Amino acid sequence: MTEAFAAKVADPKTMLSSSSVIADRTEGMSYLQTLPRRLVTVYLPLTIIMLVLLFPFYWMALTAIKPDEQLLDLDRFNPFWTWTPTLKHIHKLLQGDYPLWLWNTMLVAVSATVLSLIASVLAAYAIVRLRYRGAQWVGGAIFLAYLVPPSILFIPLSTVVFQYGLLDTPFALILTYPTILVPFSTWLLMGYFKTIPFELEECALIDGASRWQILTRIVLPLAVPGLISAFIFCFTLCWNEFIYALTFISSTKHKTVPVAIVNEFVDGDIYRWGSLMAGALVGSLPLVVLYAFFVEYYVSAMTGAVKE
Amino acid sequence: MIRSHAGVTTAGPPPHDGSATWDRLKINRNWLGFWFMLPAAAILILFLAYPLGLGIWLSFTDARLGRSGEFIGSENYEWLAGDSIFWLSVFNTLLYTGVASVIKFAVGLYLALLLNENLPFKALIRSVVLIPFIVPTVLSAIAFWWLYDSQFSIISWSLRQLGLIRSNIDFLGDPWNARWSVIFANIWRGVPFVAITLLAGLQTVPPSLYDAATIDGASRWQMFRHITYPLLTPIIAVVMTFSVLFTFTDFQLIWAITRGGPVNATHLMATLSYQRAILSGYLGEGAAISTAMIPFLLAAILISWFGLQRRKWQQGESND
Repeated sequence: MTEAFAAKVADPKTMLSSSSVIADRTEGMSYLQTLPRRLVTVYLPLTIIMLVLLFPFYWMALTAIKPDEQLLDLDRFNPFWTWTPTLKHIHKLLQGDYPLWLWNTMLVAVSATVLSLIASVLAAYAIVRLRYRGAQWVGGAIFLAYLVPPSILFIPLSTVVFQYGLLDTPFALILTYPTILVPFSTWLLMGYFKTIPFELEECALIDGASRWQILTRIVLPLAVPGLISAFIFCFTLCWNEFIYALTFISSTKHKTVPVAIVNEFVDGDIYRWGSLMAGALVGSLPLVVLYAFFVEYYVSAMTGAVKE
Repeated sequence: MIRSHAGVTTAGPPPHDGSATWDRLKINRNWLGFWFMLPAAAILILFLAYPLGLGIWLSFTDARLGRSGEFIGSENYEWLAGDSIFWLSVFNTLLYTGVASVIKFAVGLYLALLLNENLPFKALIRSVVLIPFIVPTVLSAIAFWWLYDSQFSIISWSLRQLGLIRSNIDFLGDPWNARWSVIFANIWRGVPFVAITLLAGLQTVPPSLYDAATIDGASRWQMFRHITYPLLTPIIAVVMTFSVLFTFTDFQLIWAITRGGPVNATHLMATLSYQRAILSGYLGEGAAISTAMIPFLLAAILISWFGLQRRKWQQGESND
């Protein structure tokens, strides 16, 4: 549809205001809006929302690199900027237990994610393609399991973990995090496996491949994007997990970053904000970097799980 | 590649020669399904289904931390029914969930519509929007804690400089201020999730519908009301179910910012159950509070689920 034609048939009121913006070559019919109007209805609200969404991170990062004397003196120094950034807080952080906590978080997140992905791949393949008796019901049950929140499970789980003798070990987390991850990633991978054509598997079956060979040589290579999505999302969920880590881990050397920040940093020092924010910043960076590299996979994991 | 292996390694592990049972197990899809499901089922039964049942059982006992309890019937529930702090936490949870979910939905939908416009650096803006959702909740909550500091809050300072207030706002010291503060932090974290998932839904709406409506002289509001909203309803139902569920059971944001204070004004049911069960050691009572959350969750799930199903029928889609 040409612009001229579109303008002719459009509402006369809109046409009046659109005459000045024909040059604004955007797709669809949005060129019917004038630039000043777009400024007010689109760019201004968007800018405000973005500022609100990002300000806490800016403030976190700024606090982490501000020298102590500027931190609490808002009147003598411009609070929104610093000309004398310091790495003191981050440096202090890295000399303490912080690297250990980072390592714990990483270890738990990677192990729990790998464990969950293996279980989920097998389960999702069985539900979608083996179609054993009752597979549909199991699929529904897994979705329901996704809706069971950790905050109603942590009390009984703590007694279970205690009975198995896992309290205060990384295994307590590695084995319990999959309860959050397996339902999610099974659900996600079921969606991916459904898109792989049956014919491919039939050909392989005729050629005498076993189910295991079909899974490892045909289905998995085709589902790599789904696997990456599931991996990244699970990893983020693990890194974010708090209530299990808070309940099951008590010794400082086994803590994960979120728990350690809440429990270990909070002392009476009025200058603690610098190191606290440095801790929050360094703890967030790995996820943000990972996210920056895999935005599409991340979004597809998030929306894929919701769309089904 | 597979053909070359055929006949040589049809089975992964070396078959027990002559064992017909093994062959049958390998081929029978129900048995195969059983083996494939085993790891996931083991994890979910041991660490999800069993604790779920155990939690309900614990709520009928007087279990303490480190010792199993005796069955005491509904004593925990009777005790909670007369406990004003418990009812306060129920009120807080409903307020927190209600207000935060409605605003998250409104702002999230608005942001999704904005992001669906033709913008310069569209991809970049969309990725940046999601960052609050990526960063671990506790870490951003700590940043909010600092933003809400009673003496050095940059928000108070800015408002003071603008001449809007005379003295610092006591964000976390006053019960209602504290409630609104944590609700705001929750909205801040939840909006990107709602916006990005709804945006994915918006992108499936065919642009030709808008073109046709423009030609018919529809206003922007009419287009939203009669095209966007009906087509988006199924995804809205799912997104809001998740949003309500996660808000209702929220723990970490409250724990990092207020720990339920001041004077229990921000205790949610989840934080109260943690305090009673883990910090005070009354597992039975804590489990009763957790169990009391289940009816609310079921109600939320059922309402949105049946809302969603009905919409699907109306649109003539099959129930997948």
